[in-house]
Amino acid sequence: MSGLLSASVLAAFLTAILVQTMPLILAAIGETIGEQSGVLNLGIEGVMLVGAYSGYVAAVSSGSPWIGMLGGIAGGVVANLLLLVLNTWLGLNQIVIGLAITVMGEGLTSVLYLQNYSKHPLSVPGDSWAIAGLSDLPVVGPSIFRQSGIFWVLLLVMVAVAFLLARTNWGLSIRAAGQKPSSLDTAGGSVIKTRSSAVLLNGAFVGCGGAFLSILTTGTFTAFMTGGLGFVAIVITMLSRGKVSWIVITSLLYGIAVAIKNPLQLIGVSVPADVFQMLPFVVVMLTLILFARSSIVPPALGSPYTRGAR
Amino acid sequence: MSSMAAGPGVISLREITKAFPGVVANDRISLDIVSGQVHCLLGENGAGKSTLISILAGMQQPDSGTILVDGAPAPINSPKAAVDLGIGVVHQHSTLVPAFTVLENLMLGETGLVRNEKRAVARLEELSELLGARIDPKALAGDLGLGQQQQVEIAKAMWKGSRLLILDEPTSMLTPQAIEKLAESIAQIKARGLAVVFITHKLREAYQIGDCVTILRGGKNVGHIGAEQLASLSEAQAHSAILAAMFGEDITTPDAADLAGATEARREVDDWGGGAKSVRLQLSGVATHGHGHDTDIRNVSISVHEGEILGIAGIDGHGQSALAEVVAGQRSASAGSIRFDGEDIARRGVRARQKLGLRYVTDDRLYEGTVAGMSVAINLVLKRIGQAPFWKLGQINRKAVDAEADRLIGEYAIKTPSSATRAGTLSGGNIQKVLLARELTDGARFVVVNKPTYGLDLKTVKLVRQILTEFASSGGSVLLLSTDLDELVELSHRIAVISDGEIAGIVQNDGRGTAERVGQLMTGAIEGTHA
Repeated sequence: MSGLLSASVLAAFLTAILVQTMPLILAAIGETIGEQSGVLNLGIEGVMLVGAYSGYVAAVSSGSPWIGMLGGIAGGVVANLLLLVLNTWLGLNQIVIGLAITVMGEGLTSVLYLQNYSKHPLSVPGDSWAIAGLSDLPVVGPSIFRQSGIFWVLLLVMVAVAFLLARTNWGLSIRAAGQKPSSLDTAGGSVIKTRSSAVLLNGAFVGCGGAFLSILTTGTFTAFMTGGLGFVAIVITMLSRGKVSWIVITSLLYGIAVAIKNPLQLIGVSVPADVFQMLPFVVVMLTLILFARSSIVPPALGSPYTRGAR
Repeated sequence: MSSMAAGPGVISLREITKAFPGVVANDRISLDIVSGQVHCLLGENGAGKSTLISILAGMQQPDSGTILVDGAPAPINSPKAAVDLGIGVVHQHSTLVPAFTVLENLMLGETGLVRNEKRAVARLEELSELLGARIDPKALAGDLGLGQQQQVEIAKAMWKGSRLLILDEPTSMLTPQAIEKLAESIAQIKARGLAVVFITHKLREAYQIGDCVTILRGGKNVGHIGAEQLASLSEAQAHSAILAAMFGEDITTPDAADLAGATEARREVDDWGGGAKSVRLQLSGVATHGHGHDTDIRNVSISVHEGEILGIAGIDGHGQSALAEVVAGQRSASAGSIRFDGEDIARRGVRARQKLGLRYVTDDRLYEGTVAGMSVAINLVLKRIGQAPFWKLGQINRKAVDAEADRLIGEYAIKTPSSATRAGTLSGGNIQKVLLARELTDGARFVVVNKPTYGLDLKTVKLVRQILTEFASSGGSVLLLSTDLDELVELSHRIAVISDGEIAGIVQNDGRGTAERVGQLMTGAIEGTHA
């Protein structure tokens, strides 16, 4: 092993992949729950920022990243109330509302951060669980097995979501609401209740992703810090067709593209830094070109449901 | 009207009224649905049958009137309330989710977090016995044939042990064989003590399947023949009693009988010359390639002669649109040749084919066929944009357009306030007349019509069929794509069956038994592809 690719560099690389991928996975899972039920949340970028900011505020004022994550979830849910009321309940256009939420989230969080924290930025207290026995392994020990406890909890949550979507009556209702809402309605289910639950969960997961970004990935909040991550999550959602395992795999591709910057620079690949900045988006575009044909979105995606309308 | 009994085992509708802007869909309708009986609801399109069903299913709320179940008032204010009362509905349009398996479709609407698949499979077994059909619970609903989909729909409607099963026009897209099977299932269900409401606009079916008949016209209950009464009448007496109620006095009986499907549809075989006439359109080995979720056609070879109506039978979505559009030039053929009067036109565009006299009346009247926001006059010359005398040097000549529009409005008896009226405000029947007028004028020699009478009222249906017959007898050729077997038998000289994008066979329409032979081809082909 060359000196440049030492154990510590590899460990840092692995850590970077994990912390870069996690916010994206969370946001894409949230978006998936929404899309499967027929609600396309284009406001995801804004909701993520709201989650990142509220999570940051909760974390620095309580001193606990755990409470910070809860703050992010709450922020995401509150931001999505707008979508819930205007679209799911009142049937207004999802695209318009979504873009409004994005713009609003960006503006609101920037202003609030500038006002309250920009002069004396506070950093979030760290959190790391050393898993007994495994944390001393080379490379994977200091990277994977010294992650925050939040990381492990979220892994469990992901498995739970995959199970809920595929195996429960709730998951069936969610998918029916996105495939053919009239079928759910005539079967005695409630399209509005089903979609409402999906929109709220969408907010919770997207907000959680934002909070992970500010609390664990970067350790601080900066204006516009998502930098298009929400839109990447929409792409990943469309490519993954409702499968959590696919979300994880495609998100990892993006995470690797982001994280590979440091090792490549260390080896001395002499390419301008801008190229490395571009890399994740090139990966996304290539993935789109190669796989976009096989993306299938739920047929009722984007259309509000009115009983008896033809 | 027979005696009204509101007691146990009866669902009673009392004075149900429902109005939509501009139309009273249900006008004080009262009727009783008795357990262990098949109650037929007869009436033509727009008579208010579907609205009444929506109300029973909880999809719509009546403006006034009450529903009594076993004598006690039972408001049905949501589909869930209907399900809880044991009212199961098989809607006219499928409510199955095509991307779900049969089992997932059936379990939709169940409560409780974890899916109990074992119990569901057991319930499906039970119902399969009743329906006389074995359905693979793991099959995707979208992969099933139409008859099987309907079995699943019935199973879904009866999933929670319903007391009333409503079937909304269940036979409209079935083959004669499948209709027989359905009648057997209905008899089974009735024998179990359930009430069945069977909606149809075909008198023949009402008489065969129903124990009692209620006739709706213009939103009103205009006649009821009770069970004892129907049993005591002879078939002919029952027919004339029902017909009188359906149409009132403004239509002669033979016409009415025809329209109501009282008699078996049969073509008066006229002498059109058969193969002696020259071939006008010849498709050899034609295929299409890729167009969303539409079925493509493969290796289609058909010919249509001068003066001939060639019917294309098949279940909806089996490649009819692809066939129609490839002939009209809206879709290009990926293989094979298309000859019109012997000339290869495969590379000609829509406008060139139009000029040769090859026309297309789409089944999508509202969106593809007309520009709803433009005037009737413009819609009538829509396919001649830029041509003299309607356009001169790129400028529209309003006088010429209006004159042509008035001529066509008169000739085809289009009911419109004026030629300047927006096309979207016309009724479905009049929009269809606009399309026919536009396509059949100015040197038409061949017309493709896709589902020309779907959803129209009976009088317009009759008129449209007459227009097509007259066009053919004056030497024009027609390619008639339809899902209505009776219509095909009534109009076509020959009937080809399309299944899964391929022509499964061609039947000469020479008297009795044509429908059965076409049905056999349809079922044979379907079992071949879906079993």
